[in-house]
Order: sequence, then structure tokens, then C-alpha cells
Amino acid sequence: MQSWLYILLFMIVAVIIPFAAILIARILGPRKPNPIKQSTYECGMETVGDSWVQFKAQYYVFALIFLVFDVETVFLFPWAISINALPMFAVVEGAVFILILVAGLVFTWRKGMLEWN
Amino acid sequence: MQDPIGNLYNWLMGWLVSWGVDQAISNILLSLVGIVILVTIAMVLDVFLVWIERKVVARFQDRLGPNRIGPWGIFQPFADIIKLLIKEDTTPNGADVFVFNLAPILSLASVLLLWAVLPIAEVVFGVDLNVALLYIVAAGAIGTLSVIMAGWSSNNKFALVGAYRMVANMISYEIPMVVILLIPAILTGSMSMLTISQSQEQYWFVLVVPLAALVFLISAIAELGRSPFDLNEGESEIVSGFHIEYSGMKFGLFYAGELLHAFTFGAFISILFFGGYNGPGVTQMPVLGVFYFFIKAMIGYWIIMWVKYTVPRIRIDHMLYFNWKFLVPFSISILVMTAVMHKSLSGYETPVYVGGMLAANLVLGWITIEILRAQARKQRKMDDPNSRVVAELTH
Repeated sequence: MQSWLYILLFMIVAVIIPFAAILIARILGPRKPNPIKQSTYECGMETVGDSWVQFKAQYYVFALIFLVFDVETVFLFPWAISINALPMFAVVEGAVFILILVAGLVFTWRKGMLEWN
Repeated sequence: MQDPIGNLYNWLMGWLVSWGVDQAISNILLSLVGIVILVTIAMVLDVFLVWIERKVVARFQDRLGPNRIGPWGIFQPFADIIKLLIKEDTTPNGADVFVFNLAPILSLASVLLLWAVLPIAEVVFGVDLNVALLYIVAAGAIGTLSVIMAGWSSNNKFALVGAYRMVANMISYEIPMVVILLIPAILTGSMSMLTISQSQEQYWFVLVVPLAALVFLISAIAELGRSPFDLNEGESEIVSGFHIEYSGMKFGLFYAGELLHAFTFGAFISILFFGGYNGPGVTQMPVLGVFYFFIKAMIGYWIIMWVKYTVPRIRIDHMLYFNWKFLVPFSISILVMTAVMHKSLSGYETPVYVGGMLAANLVLGWITIEILRAQARKQRKMDDPNSRVVAELTH
């Protein structure tokens, strides 16, 4: 409990310091906005349309694979720290669990979802 | 001299309590003072990292680097800070202002948060969290979030493309990194950074799991978005990536966050695999660990810089293939190998244990190289002009 209080205080300080830097810059810096300065930078070209458009779906596929792996690796942490207390059977069982994870990767690989085109 | 910070803490605590301040409140006050000092050290270090980075990149490119302000240009970063502070702070049209301003703050905060669990020496550390490894991953996720916030809220197509690439990069390489973080947890039976440092008193973990250290270095570089994985800011195509619309101090925060992040990952490599603060004479004089820690972290940072300025940028499909088709299966086989070998060798004496683990690593590395060689041979046969004619005819 003590250490989490410390983390909370640390978070507050870690947010305040960059916030203070931006605040000081805002006080010290000039403010002379004009339409050309505020326009979206695109190497001198006029921007066409909105930038919040539909995007390549491939990124989404990678995010999904990531999600599967990330959730499962979190479950592996308790197994990893108690490995000295576990019998050999449980260690091998953990390895089998990891192999089931790999089966998902092999499936996506064979389906061709890892190809970028 | 055994524990200066603990002594100082006890002395100040007694002083405050004798003044009639409540125990819990004075504890919070003293923690706050410690946090402010730790964060200040990190930020001052960050200022000098700017100078080191510029000086080193200059040497890599056969230039002199900053050399005007102060001896060897050492006061250059202070001039930079003053310049950044008095620059105009512009917000592009149509930007989501709140998210736009929050992103650089979170970017630096996510890095500073990592410093809470760094064991700088056995008696000098922020807090000894018992789930520090998970905490590191969680704080890193805030950094990913800040990138997508910056890219999305800028209302700029380059920024959005850069942010998508960066996030694809960061989440992909997070998988091998988390898998490799399991390995020190297996070896020590704890997730606390201090315990991991303490248990490397006899031998460094790099002797036991050298392949894991290598994979961690690669995924750390990718996680930082540094070259060869810096396609988030490919200057020739998307100009600067997710922070293209940022100016003045907000850009400065992204830059400072990136450099401090690189140094912090150098520190993590040294803690997890190179013994952290351990070194000759540390048992007699724990404060000496600060010196060893910073030397090792600086070497780690220097290696990351070395890779950055030597290796050219790779394409996004190559980057994702390298991760999903090589690094993820490789790191998982390292994990399974380490778990099984550690369990079967844990009853033996230290020399046998270390030798056995090292031999297992070498065998795994050799098998990997052989598999890669066979793959490359097959690829070369397919790329051979004679066989390509046949392939084109059969199409």
C-alpha cells in the first residue's frame, strides 16, 4: 500500500513537470496566430479533405494478434515467478500453454494475415 | 555511510515528528521531496543527454557537433531550452486541442514514471515495487497512447501515418519484450527490480541467457522507435511523423522524452542482464553502486546510439515480418528453453548451472542460424534468374 501511494505521488509529479514546462513556454512565447501559420503542414500543398479518414485495415489485424499475445503473456507471469516451487510437470504444462499460443500465430501465418500488401 | 538516504530519511522523520507533524503526513512529505529530487536528477540528466547525443552523432558523421557555448559546447542544451521556451506555440487548424496538448505531457510522464522503480544502488531507489516488471510494461503503454493521441489530434495526414506506423511498431515489438521480461522473473522468482539486481551478485544474467539479452536489446530499440525501426519519422516521406505539428516546448518534451527513454532502456538492459549496480566493492560501500549503475546504463545507451547512427531504416513490411516471423517465435523458444533448463539444472552448483545454461543458449543460437541459412538458400534459389524464367513461364 505504501509503495502504491509512492507511485501515485510520482505520477502527480511526473505530470506536473512537463505541464509546467508548457505553461512557462506559453507565458514567455509570443502569440501571433494567422491563417497561413495555423494551416495544416503538408510540404506547402493545400490540404484536401479531412485527415480523419478510413485507414489501412492491416494495422487492425496486427493489433488483434497483439491483443491475443499480450493477454496470454500476462497470465504467464505468475507461472514464471513460481517456477522454483512448481514440479517439472507444471513447467512442461506451462510450455504446452505457450505452444497453444504459438498455434494461433501459425494459424494467422498460414492464413496469410501477416503479409503486407 | 552504509545507507545515507535511509539515515537522512530517519533523521528528517524524527525532526518532523518532534515538531508535532503526524507520522503519515510527514511520510508523504518526505516521499514527495524524494520524488522531486529523483525527477530533477532525471531531467538534468536529460539535458546532458541532448548534448551527448548531438556530440556523438556528430562524431559518427565526421563533424564536430556543438562547440560554441561553453567548453566542448556543453552549455548548448541550455541555450536550446531557452530558445524552445520563447518560441511561439502554434496549434494547427481543426486540431483536437485538449488531446493535442495532453500528448507531449503523457509522452514525458510515461518515461519519468519508469524512474520510480529503477534501483540506482542497493540503498538508492524510488520504490521497490513487487510487480515492477508489469509496471514497466504498463508505463510503456502510456507512451504508445501518447503517440496515437499526438498523431490523431494533429489533424495532419503525415502525423496520422507516422502514428499508425509507430503504434504498429511498438505493439508488435512489445510481444518479444514482455516474453523476454519473463526470463529474469524465472531466474529470480521475483518481479522486483531490486531483487533482480541483488541476485546477480555472483554472475550476470547475460552469461546465463545471452540470447534473451540480445532479443531484449533489439525489441528495446524498436520500442524506442529509433533507427533501424524509425519509420515513424521517415524524413523523406512523412517529414517527421507524429510530432510534425508540434512546435516550441511541446516538441521539446517529445524530444526529451525520446532521449530519456533511450537512456532508461539502457539502464533496464544493465539491470536485467548486466548486474545493475553490482561491481567490485559494492558490498562494503553500497553507495558505489550509483557509479556502476550510471556507467553501465551509459554503455547501454551508447550501444543504442551506435545502432541508430549505423543502420539504415527498414521498410514497414520488413519490420513487421522480422518481428512476427522471427522475433516472436525465437523469443518464445528462448522462454521455453530457459524454463525447462532452469528447472532441470537448478539443483546443481553454480559453475555447472551457468555452463549448462550457456551451452543450451549456444545450441539454440546455432539451430536458429542453421534454419535461417536454409531459408536464405531457398530464397536465393527462387531469386535465381534461371528459375525465375521458369516461374514466369508457368504463370
